[in-house]
Amino acid sequence: MQQTASSTPIVSLRDVQKSFGSLKVLDGVSFTVERGEVLAIIGRSGSGKSTALRCIDRFEKVDGGEITVCGRRVDLPDVDLRALRQDVGIVFQSYNLFPHLTIEQNITLAPCSVKRMDLSEAKALAHKVLAQVGLEEKIHAYPEQLSGGQQQRAAIARSLAMQPKVMLFDEVTSALDPELTGEVLKVIEQLAADGMTMVMVTHEMGFARSIADRIVFMHRGKVHETGPASILTAPTTPELVQFVGTGNLKS
Amino acid sequence: MGGHLNANHLLFLGHGALWTVGLSLIALIGGGIVGFVIALARISPLKSVRLLSAAYVQLVQGTPLLVILFLGYFGLAAIGLKMSPLAAASASLTLYVAAYLGEIWRGSIQSVPKPQWEAAEGLALSRTQRMIKVILPQAMRIATPPTVGFMVQIIKNTSLASVVGFVELMRSGQIVNNSLFEPFIVYAIIAAVYFAMCYPLSLFSQKLERRMGRGSANNLSLA
Repeated sequence: MQQTASSTPIVSLRDVQKSFGSLKVLDGVSFTVERGEVLAIIGRSGSGKSTALRCIDRFEKVDGGEITVCGRRVDLPDVDLRALRQDVGIVFQSYNLFPHLTIEQNITLAPCSVKRMDLSEAKALAHKVLAQVGLEEKIHAYPEQLSGGQQQRAAIARSLAMQPKVMLFDEVTSALDPELTGEVLKVIEQLAADGMTMVMVTHEMGFARSIADRIVFMHRGKVHETGPASILTAPTTPELVQFVGTGNLKS
Repeated sequence: MGGHLNANHLLFLGHGALWTVGLSLIALIGGGIVGFVIALARISPLKSVRLLSAAYVQLVQGTPLLVILFLGYFGLAAIGLKMSPLAAASASLTLYVAAYLGEIWRGSIQSVPKPQWEAAEGLALSRTQRMIKVILPQAMRIATPPTVGFMVQIIKNTSLASVVGFVELMRSGQIVNNSLFEPFIVYAIIAAVYFAMCYPLSLFSQKLERRMGRGSANNLSLA
């Protein structure tokens, strides 16, 4: 068991099974994410890609298989959820900012209450992460005063403030108009350039191709094809050919 | 007999009206505290707690307040637990109001969109932190209009405390009428006073309802 830290994946799924009632959503899913890697999970609606992502942060309990995140067995019932969620940041399709709090309060809430950070320190942190997503001027605004793209960037900043080791993005641009999608993708691109480990479920094929180190194509609850971003331009399975061929490959 | 309605009668009615307000406040505060516990118990992760609190709510909501009052005042006295009319009325109203406010507030907590819970969970907040910092502030906005609306019911229901001899507005009206034999005028005055207390609350509740929605997660549309 002499493994160096650098060779241990941050996230690893092995033969993960998950059903909702009689519907088998994940049927033996396995993949790993190395430190600093950007993994994009693609696939049709209902292919299980969002469920796979949510299992990493244990928003879904798995029925079988092993999930290890930052050295922690997430599939076991006694996993320390709060420790897990300090290591893992998650950003949702619907932003989910807290509407009763300003952007600054949205960001400082978790560092102050979970990490017991001083308010002044947390406010400085809020400034820093908002600068990272280009929203410093909205620090005292309420979520409803922001556009969708701005809300999503604020949600990313809120997640960043917890200094996670890995970030999960669950179709974060799917609710946005095309012109607002770009500003969010730019932020994610910058994060990737800064070396953040990321797993993203996305419908933006062009974006996946340009940013992802590796692609996982899911089909009917299985990892159907996986490989570097080039598999999007040279798919080998008919299902992926069909998937990328249906106009999904925007650039 | 009797004579005419005079200032002393009106003073007596005013005194009764004050007790109606007082009893309403006792019921609201007592019922609010117990109701808050009920609301939390109804969404507890523990099944036994959920079942017990649900049983309480069903039991109270399925029993007329008049019966609860009789039980509290005459029933308990018969088995050796004698309470003053004020204590019996306060306790009965508290139990009664708690069951309704508990349900109103449980519904309000549960109507905070589920993704709000998930976002708070994703940020590693504990269950208590999620509740206090994220869910309850939003639930309170949702709960305010129906809670204010329910206060109208509380005020009107305090009139039932007259049957255990507690001298609030209704009972003071009965007493005045017993000496005047002017039921129409006396009870018309009583009705007017109740209306004067309840109508502003109804209006306020409607106004709050219209204002609601601003600053709620439901309002953060995905557009």
